[in-house]
Amino acid sequence: MTATETKHPRYYPAEDVKPTKAVHKVKQNPPRVRKSITPGTILILLAGRFRGKRVVCLKSLSSGLLLVSGPFKINGVPLRRVNQAYAIATSTKVDVSGVDVASISDDYFSRSKDAKTEGEDEFFLGDAPKPAVVSDQRKEDQKKVDAALLKAVAAEPMLEAYLAAQFTLTSSDKPHKMKF
Amino acid sequence: MTHTSLVKIEGVNDKNDTSFYLGKRVAYCYRAANQKKGKSRVIWGKVTASHGNNGVVRTKFKRNLPPRAMGDRIRVMLYPSRV
Repeated sequence: MTATETKHPRYYPAEDVKPTKAVHKVKQNPPRVRKSITPGTILILLAGRFRGKRVVCLKSLSSGLLLVSGPFKINGVPLRRVNQAYAIATSTKVDVSGVDVASISDDYFSRSKDAKTEGEDEFFLGDAPKPAVVSDQRKEDQKKVDAALLKAVAAEPMLEAYLAAQFTLTSSDKPHKMKF
Repeated sequence: MTHTSLVKIEGVNDKNDTSFYLGKRVAYCYRAANQKKGKSRVIWGKVTASHGNNGVVRTKFKRNLPPRAMGDRIRVMLYPSRV
């Protein structure tokens, strides 16, 4: 046999082995958040239980939702996630550099798995709405976050009253002409 | 395929002013005799485009509006917000 001839391997598989296709990895970009929404921006919530409330945006989560807090003492809005489509960003900003929310992510808000265990009694009681139980961990985190937030809010004159007030539209208001 | 309804938004009298409302959800609320999760019912829709030069807006509802809604009040929501 000459050197230029390819030597056949002694063993080859019975079936043809297909060469693996190049896998195109889907690149997940970080979710896009409006330029007007930054940590510390005061948002007006437009829908849901807290519609009309003015609320401080703490950060944007990896799911694209915004992490928001009332602060709870001022307007009753807890640490909550909000979709930016349901929030108007005002030009008012609070300094939240002192607030530590690095530990709070989307997993923090996932539902607890043990809510599904239903005994016979519960089945027969029917669909009575169970009272929402706020875990102690949430209360603690709320206090921790709000402690730093309230200090920042107290530094600005009238900001506390502003956050406590609700946003409403009255008859002569024109949202398309408003500067938020 | 639903048809388009025209809506005149209060305070909007110019074509340029309608750009704020494009995409906003819109609701026609009405009452009915038979209760279904409450006395009031809603037909949801959204603002699709401006219509003409004087601030009228085209909307499409999930189901077409009933004829008695002509001249009746429609609620324009502020969401989805682009501000």
